[in-house]
Amino acid sequence: MSSPASLPAAARWLFPVLAIAVAVVAPPLMNSDYLYEAILLPFLALSLAGVGLNVLMGYTGQLSLGSAAFLAIGAYAAFNINLRVGLPLPVTIVAAGIIAALVGVVFGLPSLRLRGYYLAVSTLAAQFFVQWALTRFPWFSNDSNSGVIDAPTLSVAGIHFVTPLGRYYFTLTIVALLTALSARLVTVKTGRDLMAVRDHETAAKIIGVPVLKAKLVAFAYSSFVIGVAGVLWAFAYLRTVEPDGFNLDRSFQILFITIIGGLSTIRGAFFGAAIIVALPLLLARASSGLAGGALDSGSLDMIQRIVIGVLIIGFLIAEPDGLAALIQRAPNGLAGRVRPRSSPATR
Amino acid sequence: MSTLARTAVSYRGAAEGDSLSPARPGSRASSGAQGDGAKSASLALEGVSLSFGGVAALRDVDLAFADGSITAVIGPNGAGKTSLINVITGVYTPDRGRVVIKGRSYSRSPTSRLASLGVARTFQNLGLFKGLSTFDNIALGLSFAARSTIVEQALGVGRARAEVARTRRKTDEALEHLHLESYRDRLVGSLPYGVQKRIELARASVAEPHFLLLDEPLAGMTMDDKVEMTAFIRSVRSRLGATIVLIEHDIGLVMSLSDRVAVFDYGRKIAEGTPAEVQADQAVIDAYLGVPHADEEA
Repeated sequence: MSSPASLPAAARWLFPVLAIAVAVVAPPLMNSDYLYEAILLPFLALSLAGVGLNVLMGYTGQLSLGSAAFLAIGAYAAFNINLRVGLPLPVTIVAAGIIAALVGVVFGLPSLRLRGYYLAVSTLAAQFFVQWALTRFPWFSNDSNSGVIDAPTLSVAGIHFVTPLGRYYFTLTIVALLTALSARLVTVKTGRDLMAVRDHETAAKIIGVPVLKAKLVAFAYSSFVIGVAGVLWAFAYLRTVEPDGFNLDRSFQILFITIIGGLSTIRGAFFGAAIIVALPLLLARASSGLAGGALDSGSLDMIQRIVIGVLIIGFLIAEPDGLAALIQRAPNGLAGRVRPRSSPATR
Repeated sequence: MSTLARTAVSYRGAAEGDSLSPARPGSRASSGAQGDGAKSASLALEGVSLSFGGVAALRDVDLAFADGSITAVIGPNGAGKTSLINVITGVYTPDRGRVVIKGRSYSRSPTSRLASLGVARTFQNLGLFKGLSTFDNIALGLSFAARSTIVEQALGVGRARAEVARTRRKTDEALEHLHLESYRDRLVGSLPYGVQKRIELARASVAEPHFLLLDEPLAGMTMDDKVEMTAFIRSVRSRLGATIVLIEHDIGLVMSLSDRVAVFDYGRKIAEGTPAEVQADQAVIDAYLGVPHADEEA
């Protein structure tokens, strides 16, 4: 429908189509397993989680600090469905997403009464409860030690995705599908309801927007997407996961992806995830190149935290709309055009 | 003063005396326009009192809005005008009294069902969705009527298809009526104040409500904007035949626009009648000139 985006319709299609084309064609040319294992697979899974959180936080205005819990639910649900029921992989993934969505609705119930910081604190309950439950009840990990699970081989209709390239294409397909669905969702009537709740909840309620339903839909959909991202994280990227890997740090990572990339933009999640994934690698390169390996991994970790912290503060102050807004404006600035959102007529 | 206030209340007798009868659940007031003598009122307040802590915002207010009329609610700051609309829309729950909407009486107005009951409002300090375009803001006024599921919407099939077409048609009509076409795809947060006020009126009227509550639609506008807005309000009334309740500070502006005027001071309705009657009312003159309230307790 009518999106406030300033790009013409053709240009809006151009970007995702181009991005997918590059994502399909470019990586095999590099022919490096490191590229998939260390960069592209975590990038895609985290991007998808960022898209999911953005529907909840960016589009509906409900702050959540429990994203990693839903990654974990997706991963462990898919593991158990595969182990105990034995459904085809695509069905398993959707079912795992649905389980994450149901849990998301339960933990979204406080949003009907709480707002802002209070809601954020209540979403921490999901974070701690899920991690605790997965460790406490060995059933979830099929009685393995400390909840560690090994992912099954990815295969759909007899085709196995074992190589890094295969797992990458598998992941790319699912991420592309769910990203397209999310981009569609925020333009239809329900998406408009979500944004109305975000911008003015009282007014939304009075003009008849189904506020409660909108909030629960946002929690369900967001948890579904993050749950699927969790399946990809566990099955395609790491292939061996434990509950500890889905801790509060991971939740913050997804939160930062959303903030740095830009709230209320689908593409922003990809920019944010690119920074979050690339930054540690670049820092490690820089330190071995410049300091000749004088920095140990602990200091590197510290530097990384500082840089991300500075980035977050910088974005919150200077560009709350995130990288997506910066990048969208860049070509306009180069062409000497006026920034659409503050053209003279609007001042 | 209290005598005058009582006199003012008795205006109701002839014009809206039958307003209490539809209060019984089940009996619906007829909404069609009737003769001058027996106008029915399907929107009314009955004995409404509201206080915050020890401060009374509304005191035993009886007020009925004749169907199809424009009633201005005027009074100084803090007179309880906005509280009145907030009680009708369920933002506040009155301590005592009831709100009557289309023959049903509520101790707390059902906020989330108001739109389907045909009640729409605007906000004193604008209740627009700043991150959305003008089109989307107005289209949200139709959100309550949608029945399509999220899957139908995502695929663009079934009921969603018809709803999208209807939303686009209705919204574009509203844009046209209020001369907002050129702002259609702009984010509302960046538009001039007068335009935002108009967008809010468009959002409130797009679903063709029976009752339109406008909280200071003219405040903070330039004179030109005010004149234009007054014309828009008139055209909304003649187009929809809606009952309009209009809150305003400024007596002068609303006199030509309104059929009835209710004057509030310190949460009390001190006068009600035609604009001419109200203008001649001593209690009203006193309230506006700030004569001490002889009957103020404490």
